[in-house]
Amino acid sequence: MSALTETIALGRPRAAAARRGPSRNLDTLFRAGAYGAALLVLIVLAGILGSILYGGWPAFREFGFGFLTSSAWNVGTEQYGALVAVIGTVASAFLALLIGVPVSLGIAIFLTQLCPGWARRPVAMTIELLAAVPSIIYGMWGLFVFAPLFARFVQIPVSNVVEGLPIVGTLFYARVPSGVGVLTAGIILAIMIVPFIASIARDMLEQIPTVLRESAYGIGCTTWEVVRHVLVPQAAVSIIGAIMLGLGRALGETMAVTFVVGNANRLSASIFDPSSTIASRIANEFNEADGLQLNALMALGCILFVITFVVLIIARLLTRRVKAA
Amino acid sequence: MDASSTIPSTRSTAPRRGRVRPGRRIADRSLRVACASATFVGALVLGSILVMLIVEGVRGFTPALFANPTPGPGSEGGGIANAILGSLVLTGIGIVIATPVGVMAGTFLAEYGRGSKLAALIRFLNDILLSAPSILIGLFVYTLMVRPMGTYSGWAGGVALAIIAVPVIVRTTEDMLRLVPGTLREAGAALGAPPSKVIMSVTWRAASAGIVTGIILALARIAGETAPLLFTALNNNSWFSPDLMGGVANLPVMIYQFALSPYPNWQGLAWAGALLITGSILALSIVARFVIKPQTAR
Repeated sequence: MSALTETIALGRPRAAAARRGPSRNLDTLFRAGAYGAALLVLIVLAGILGSILYGGWPAFREFGFGFLTSSAWNVGTEQYGALVAVIGTVASAFLALLIGVPVSLGIAIFLTQLCPGWARRPVAMTIELLAAVPSIIYGMWGLFVFAPLFARFVQIPVSNVVEGLPIVGTLFYARVPSGVGVLTAGIILAIMIVPFIASIARDMLEQIPTVLRESAYGIGCTTWEVVRHVLVPQAAVSIIGAIMLGLGRALGETMAVTFVVGNANRLSASIFDPSSTIASRIANEFNEADGLQLNALMALGCILFVITFVVLIIARLLTRRVKAA
Repeated sequence: MDASSTIPSTRSTAPRRGRVRPGRRIADRSLRVACASATFVGALVLGSILVMLIVEGVRGFTPALFANPTPGPGSEGGGIANAILGSLVLTGIGIVIATPVGVMAGTFLAEYGRGSKLAALIRFLNDILLSAPSILIGLFVYTLMVRPMGTYSGWAGGVALAIIAVPVIVRTTEDMLRLVPGTLREAGAALGAPPSKVIMSVTWRAASAGIVTGIILALARIAGETAPLLFTALNNNSWFSPDLMGGVANLPVMIYQFALSPYPNWQGLAWAGALLITGSILALSIVARFVIKPQTAR
């Protein structure tokens, strides 16, 4: 960009300063308004952290470090601990990645490499519309459509097979095969993060110069080999960034999870058993909570803030670095 | 890794007698099948959600749905008119607050803040805020407004939605303004227009379709938000009142409470509301796509 534009963009040009009153005032006002609006973004983020720290502080003071390691959540005795919710959050998000990442990459590869030209736009749009469906609708779909099918065709047969076996018998055994649980939450979360990861991964794959791809095909590579040896190495960092972005979403997702996770405060080794996540517990209990319970929920919010923001910062750094390159 | 280093490794697996080795062919076929089925599953889920909403929700689409407020627990009849109106008002407040803030902040990032450290920081934090858990925003507004005021209110709900909408608008506004060629700004400046005039009459105008798209996308995003409304606007079974203090009925929270209730009448209303809100949001998203299309042919 030329030097002239730089002057407009960065400094107050002399010409404007020399003008008469009203126009110059308007100019200053406009600039101040833009500046203030931008600062507001900073203030809101600081406000979010400040408000939940303020709200959660009494709980942290009461339980100290034990808040993180205790699995208690008892309103009657006022004993609160974050362990179950933290494990539920991390486990469901991890399962979501395990299922969602291969599917997202598959969709991205399909859209960029395999899909015939005429179908590209409608297919891409279908996947993108999945991202527009509100989270609560996923919750209803998960609870009323998916969970019954999941209980009948997965939980019950699998439980029957693995019952009594070591390790798998604990990991995949449903005491009450109702269809809800950590794995169900993970699957619903996977569906929700797929469109995000797929669309970023697609953009990244599209940015790879066609020449690279064509030369690989030219020496006789199959599609798999082109993907494995040319596309994936090229886009790897930004795809990892996209995955982290999906992880950030999965960790903080609330309504869909609240419907399907079962909302039990129980530490269980089985991924078929109901549990809680941080977000689902806050959504469930906040309105009826007061006193220390409210503080404990706010403290859970703090933990969620820290986890998601670390993940999101890493994600943004990874995706940004590639864009700049 | 660059392309040149990948060539030897692919060569080593290349066929010796001019035919594709079965191993390579199987790997290739499986990739194709796996990718196609992944896409199919995605489409299937969307289809399944739409079928579910239509099957369960269409029954509830009667004139009464749009004429009556939500009924009390266990009682028959009623509609969701108050929730529809409340949702319109809350999203309206959200968008009215978020649009000026978002557009101005985006303008700052694209026009005034190029190359500045502060702008880079704000851009980065805005991107993070874009994917921040909405439930945390609900907790923030609860502490900021509901607690001091002592009551749930529509204003708090609107502010919470605005906070979710702002990053979307900032991002699209900045992206769209950056697409405006610098020569246009120079032409404006050459006519003696001060920067604010150049921005308002030249750059904004050139990027208007993109900025509007951002606002529509933000609208689609906040229209279905439930979590932040739980702690701010909550819900209400009475008729919508212009006084926004106290709980304000809205579709997402109504759907949440009614869908999980034991009353068939409430569940039916939840399904009708779910169909209505999903239909509107999908329509908005599609409209946004067509607004943006002529401008960014990329």
